[in-house]
Amino acid sequence: MLTIPCPHCGDRAETEFVYGGDAGVSRPADPAALGDAEWSAYLYLRDNPRGRHSEYWYHRSGCRRWLQVERDTLTHRVLATSFAGYPKRGSE
Amino acid sequence: MRGYSLAAILRHGLRRNLTWPEAIRHPEPKSRYDAVIVGGGGHGLATAYYLASMHGITDVAVLERGWIGGGNTGRNTTIVRSNYGQPANSAFYEHSLKLWEGLSDELNFNVMLSQRGLINTFHTAADREAWIRRYNFMRLRGIDAELLSREDLAERVPAMNLSTDLRLPVLGAVLQPRAGVAHHDAVAWGYARAADAKGVDIIQNCEVTGFAREAGRVVAVETSRGRIDTGKVGICVAGSSSEVARMAGIRLPIETHLLQALVSEPVKPFLDVVVSAGDYGMYISQTDKGEVLIGGPLDGYNSYSQRGSPATIERVLASAVELFPAISRLRMMRHWAGANDMTMDGSPIISRTPVEGLYFNGGWCYGGFKATPASGWTFAYTMAEDRPHPLNEPFTLERFESGHLISERGAGRLPGLH
Repeated sequence: MLTIPCPHCGDRAETEFVYGGDAGVSRPADPAALGDAEWSAYLYLRDNPRGRHSEYWYHRSGCRRWLQVERDTLTHRVLATSFAGYPKRGSE
Repeated sequence: MRGYSLAAILRHGLRRNLTWPEAIRHPEPKSRYDAVIVGGGGHGLATAYYLASMHGITDVAVLERGWIGGGNTGRNTTIVRSNYGQPANSAFYEHSLKLWEGLSDELNFNVMLSQRGLINTFHTAADREAWIRRYNFMRLRGIDAELLSREDLAERVPAMNLSTDLRLPVLGAVLQPRAGVAHHDAVAWGYARAADAKGVDIIQNCEVTGFAREAGRVVAVETSRGRIDTGKVGICVAGSSSEVARMAGIRLPIETHLLQALVSEPVKPFLDVVVSAGDYGMYISQTDKGEVLIGGPLDGYNSYSQRGSPATIERVLASAVELFPAISRLRMMRHWAGANDMTMDGSPIISRTPVEGLYFNGGWCYGGFKATPASGWTFAYTMAEDRPHPLNEPFTLERFESGHLISERGAGRLPGLH
């Protein structure tokens, strides 16, 4: 069971959250200017690291904020959390 | 290789079973092979076997970081089926099921295929329509499929709770009679032994650390036991595909997720069919040893940990007890999680890659075990001929760019939902 330290609510169990996927993927600013290769890379290709991963979690049963979480996908250790879309807070 | 037979059992039995030869050799890696397979699971070993038996390519090495069959081949729920709706999946998995049906004879190794049938229950009107539609597709393609009423289920699966007081009462089910289970280790060992007998070198404790390329072609594999020159490399490492493909500079449309399963203490036979209840997110069967084997959905987030979350176990067991109340007091004995390659459309990839001579087999989501024979069969063809067989032609890497996705569930680009 993951324990995710929410910057607003404190340590909470993973069952309060909804996973939002890889936070390292940004929507291209001008999709119409992209070719098929670039657009499909944005849609489908992922680094999928065995180790440190930056990802979104939505605190559905808590403060209902979107979080950006740095987590190790092998050990499940949470390295840092912050509110998504804001400069990073929380500790390494 | 001396074949396994009744005469062999008698002969070795008379010598107190001390004289059985080792099933496979343990060779040192050579400095060069015609083809190298990365990954000694069922898929890699099957690929090596079919390269040797169907395409005459016997100078092959299978490189395995740990021991053969020690990854996802040993971490699944052993179900074999071909109940798919999408034409590409349907043809591929039916080919696989047909290979399963002749596999014990072909490999001279009992893979313990038990075609006890797979029942998919439905619990809502919409789900009923979806399942019947899918099973009609199957019948149109000549694949066995039946519709079961609640009365049929009462007779076929007496342990199932057919009460209308359930949160999601069972409305009926579909059955694929030829589906069933096989023995996971036997598949790896059977393919390994048969490939070894044809001259394939199976090299365990040998980790691949890189791919040497020249002018866009793969020319060698770097390993923990030295460099191996080769012109053809096949990657069969589902679960770790992204990590291995990264060594060749390839990004994949794959996320690695956890899938859990667990078994109870053994009890007397009470369930002679595999039951899958999609709306409950739970499937259940009873092993030959009597253990009740229960699986569920993905944990839902990227992970290579091979350790599942207790929250998922609780949900899955609650569902299992609701549908099969008789198991409520069983103690669970073992539990495990596999790291699954989840693709963006829920279908596998058996394909050439942008690197000449490098071939990729992975993205098995949670359908890898049943696919083992056809996966090896089509991947061997692809590696030998440098082009896909019609059966795996749709399962390319390029489909994500061209838009020809094979999405069985239509769940979009969310690997956690396939």
